[in-house]
Amino acid sequence: MGTRRQRFFSALLVNGMLLILVLLWVIPTMGLFISSFRDRLDIQRTGWWTVFPHREWRVTRVINPRDLGLDPTGVMEVEGVSATFEELRNGVMTPDGRERLQWIGNRRLGNIEVQERVWTVNWKFTLDNYEQVLGGKDFEYKRPDGTVEVIPGDDFSGAFFNSLAVAVPSTVIPILIAAFAAYGFAWMNFSGRRFFFIMVVALLVVPLQIALVPLLRDYAKLNLNGTYLAIWLAHTGFGLPLATYLLFNYIAALPRETLESAFIDGASHFVVFVRLILPLSVPALASFAIFQFLWVWNDYLVALIFLGGNPQFEVVTQRLANIIGSRGNDWHLLTAGAFVTMVLPLTVFFSLQRYFVRGLLAGSIKG
Amino acid sequence: MELLLKPAEGPRGLGARILTFIVRLIVVVAIPFLAFAVLYAGFVFLRAGNAPKWVITLVAILWGVGGVALLFWLFNWLVEHLSDTWRARLLPFVFVGPAMAILTWYLALPTIRTFWISLFGRDGPPSVPWLKLFTAPGEFLATLAPHWVGLSNYVAVFTDRLMREAFRNNLFFWILFGVPLTVVFGLLVAVLADRSRFERVAKSFIFLPMAISFVGAGVIWNFIYEVRPPTAPQIGLLNAVVVALGGQPQAWPAHTGIAPWNNLFLVIIVVWLQAGFAMVLFSAALKGIPDELLEAARVDGANEIQVFFRIMLPYISGTVITVTTTIVIFTLKIFDVVWVMTGGQFGTEVIATQFYRQSFIARNAGYGSAIAIILLIAVIPVMIYNLRRIREQKGFS
Repeated sequence: MGTRRQRFFSALLVNGMLLILVLLWVIPTMGLFISSFRDRLDIQRTGWWTVFPHREWRVTRVINPRDLGLDPTGVMEVEGVSATFEELRNGVMTPDGRERLQWIGNRRLGNIEVQERVWTVNWKFTLDNYEQVLGGKDFEYKRPDGTVEVIPGDDFSGAFFNSLAVAVPSTVIPILIAAFAAYGFAWMNFSGRRFFFIMVVALLVVPLQIALVPLLRDYAKLNLNGTYLAIWLAHTGFGLPLATYLLFNYIAALPRETLESAFIDGASHFVVFVRLILPLSVPALASFAIFQFLWVWNDYLVALIFLGGNPQFEVVTQRLANIIGSRGNDWHLLTAGAFVTMVLPLTVFFSLQRYFVRGLLAGSIKG
Repeated sequence: MELLLKPAEGPRGLGARILTFIVRLIVVVAIPFLAFAVLYAGFVFLRAGNAPKWVITLVAILWGVGGVALLFWLFNWLVEHLSDTWRARLLPFVFVGPAMAILTWYLALPTIRTFWISLFGRDGPPSVPWLKLFTAPGEFLATLAPHWVGLSNYVAVFTDRLMREAFRNNLFFWILFGVPLTVVFGLLVAVLADRSRFERVAKSFIFLPMAISFVGAGVIWNFIYEVRPPTAPQIGLLNAVVVALGGQPQAWPAHTGIAPWNNLFLVIIVVWLQAGFAMVLFSAALKGIPDELLEAARVDGANEIQVFFRIMLPYISGTVITVTTTIVIFTLKIFDVVWVMTGGQFGTEVIATQFYRQSFIARNAGYGSAIAIILLIAVIPVMIYNLRRIREQKGFS
């Protein structure tokens, strides 16, 4: 349709709008990423966008106004400019427009800088920020009154391991349990089958907040608070409805003939499940695994409640949130810390994006 | 026991049969015992937690994952030693049982228990064994009575100033602004990408924030909103732009001068995080529209905007509803972003931050539980819709 010219312009319009949207979406993350490699002081003094070529005022000469006998209370004549102290404070351009005069310091002792505009980039990159957040250990601080305060180190590497220890079982356990259940619903007949399946579907959208208070009480009785087991079971419980539902839809749709011939050969349900169903369900298992892994890795609330009492087991999101709370202006720590928490989910996401999208499309309502 | 255990095969002497029986019995008892011992040893090791971090991590992963696999194998092994009738009866529960037990403990029962707690004061109901209701009903009720508050927690939920603020923010800013913005951006990207040669790249970039945690997103956007004194150079992108345009730098989410509109600066973060999700679903739905339908409309002289509103949008309306409901449910429970960015200060409280504050900081279990029940009631229509859809599904009619 349309002439070649029209088609060219509509493609330009589409791609132009798309580019703007993509930039809007990417710039926030990019700013953080670039900043995480910048020098600690640079981050505080200049915007991260100054790593790109830009024009900046650079001082070429410094004039001492007292040498010239200038009176800061009145109008001063300097370098062909006549201006008051207040005007000079804000900077005054020279008549040829190439230089700027600026009063630095106070009225009595300050100097006038002659500045020139030049193209420049702020390229002072470093790995120090990452070194500090990964390696930071606790240190003790002795107060003047003799009490000792322990200031927790950033130690993101420790938190990283904790996150792994939380996320891997919290991903695999619900998948295993849900796969067994999905097989049971799809291939076995038992009383209560319909009731239990309705329960699974009903629980799909139940907000997990509903469970936190009673569970914390149970955990207190069982002395489970602050243990890995506590948080694995919690993530398992909250992830199970979606896992069971998705895997049921997949397993129930597998061709019946394959399974029936296996049963005729005398295989038990367990053997059929392990040897036949699990390998056949890999795409569905992978979809849910990515879903659950990202969800658990990025979770903050569940970790805060069930691991909150045990700083030794803190996961990366908790560690990062703690820095936001206590040292919200230490941008060199926050930027690097944020990327340490993101590196694994981003890797998983980019390498397995196809499966993730498939999981999203299969059903995405989670409580 | 003889009923339960498989009868020995073939004619054999009585002594041999008794011997096999005893050996079997020992094995049946010993293997579970051994398995539980191994699991318990792992648990104790992990709880002590004094080994190097990577060892603990490795053991935790092996123990957690291996333990569950071991339990399934064990239960199956036990059931397979039973007689055929019992095996047929119990085997489904080996498969479905663990999932149902966990679901019951972690989600189904807590809805009832949370409702029960919400009828009591600060500390919830005092712990009395339920059995007492039948053995000593008078004593049972007498212990509960002093803590019973009836529905007054719910009255407080709807009258408390902070809760009213939370409802306003959740319903007005998060749902009325956040959800449509997410849907519109998702749809816009899906439609544009569908016509672009750079579809894959563009979609990946929009989708990327889905992999970022709320806490991480909080850092990213805190950095965008970072404010410096007007005389110093701005290092936050938004304030740098504002200053370049001649405005005053502000701490946007904490800017009470524009309250309650400062909530929108938090809403933007979630739009940024969730638009990718909407985009993926819309993109798949758009690809399902038959080409002939679109071509026919264009031949009839419809322009692209008409094609979008008259054909595409009606065609994918089902997906629009699904995406909208999912994001509504999601935004109802929004917590991390607000908690990390403002802690609910500056008029940005939402339902879930109030729930957390009341339940776990103020330690007012009854009040916190009432808030959780409100969240549950809010999702019940979706639950009913899901159940209706299941009814139509084959196999569960």
